[in-house]
Amino acid sequence: MPAINLTVNDQPRGVDVDPSTPLLWVLREAFGLTGTKFGCGIAQCGACTVILDGDAVRSCVTPIRRAEGKRVTTIEGLSADGSHPVQRAWLAEQVPQCGYCQSGQMMSAVVLLNAIARPTDADIIDAMAGNLCRCGTYHRIRRAVHRAAELMAGGRR
Amino acid sequence: MKIVLAFIIAIAAMLGIVPQSRPIAEDRVAAARAFASVATVLASPRCANCHIAGESPRHGDDGHPHSMNVRRGPDGRGTPAMRCTNCHQDVSSSTPHAPPGAPDWRLPPPATPMAWKELTPGDQCRMLKDQTKNGRRTLADLLEHVSRDRIVTSSWNPGPGRPLPPLSHEAFVEQFKTWIELGAICPE
Repeated sequence: MPAINLTVNDQPRGVDVDPSTPLLWVLREAFGLTGTKFGCGIAQCGACTVILDGDAVRSCVTPIRRAEGKRVTTIEGLSADGSHPVQRAWLAEQVPQCGYCQSGQMMSAVVLLNAIARPTDADIIDAMAGNLCRCGTYHRIRRAVHRAAELMAGGRR
Repeated sequence: MKIVLAFIIAIAAMLGIVPQSRPIAEDRVAAARAFASVATVLASPRCANCHIAGESPRHGDDGHPHSMNVRRGPDGRGTPAMRCTNCHQDVSSSTPHAPPGAPDWRLPPPATPMAWKELTPGDQCRMLKDQTKNGRRTLADLLEHVSRDRIVTSSWNPGPGRPLPPLSHEAFVEQFKTWIELGAICPE
């Protein structure tokens, strides 16, 4: 079976799997990147969100063939030391409760902030509506996105 | 010479090589009948859920608002971090309740939403032909869209649990073609 090649967290990677294998399976099982979580498996909760060429895709329903030759960023790829503004903002606002959905939340937040540097509350609500949190941390998420925007604007990364 | 020419035309007409002229009224009725068949497909949730007025696409056979507050966005492909293709892949998922799919999953753009749900078949027909509303599409472009665009053909492979449109895709395209061939006349 031919290898599927992609770039994951700035590293070139290849994998021999069926092209319909979900990207999430490859990330977790083949590459050991377990920060991305399995939630619903049908693109309804957002826990598995990763960035694929700039978009916040649901990796549980994304076949690995779609990632061929593309760039994937997972929560592990935001920074090696937790210094990404979104990570710092999440810590500062003490966002997580159980934490299970939070890597997906943070990846969506990164995509939002890449598109809108200073999002309004409405922008945040719209952009994050596909990421569910059963602990109900939405208010802290919104504060953290605003804080991350400030950190990015200040160039303090 | 004229007699020979008339004879050749008559033979050709009998063989179906050239169309026999038909009364305009008959064409009008046949075109309206063909469009009425087309309209049953347009009304299907597989089409109507994305051909919507406003910003929110629809879900399911009851047309309830798309979960996650999904929005059309400036190009019909969603909003930042909520692009249609974040979830909708290039083919429909075989898993129940997972998203249907086609390449470049999208809604019509906001300038030409082609929202026909509340319209009569006659008004649907006139909107379909109006190039200021249909994205500058000719009749040939429309036929191409319904025949080959995979976002249309995916309606006949929408994933488990989603009813198909009331006609087969072949029958739908045939009726669409018939309507065009009869002059794309709209029902009153």
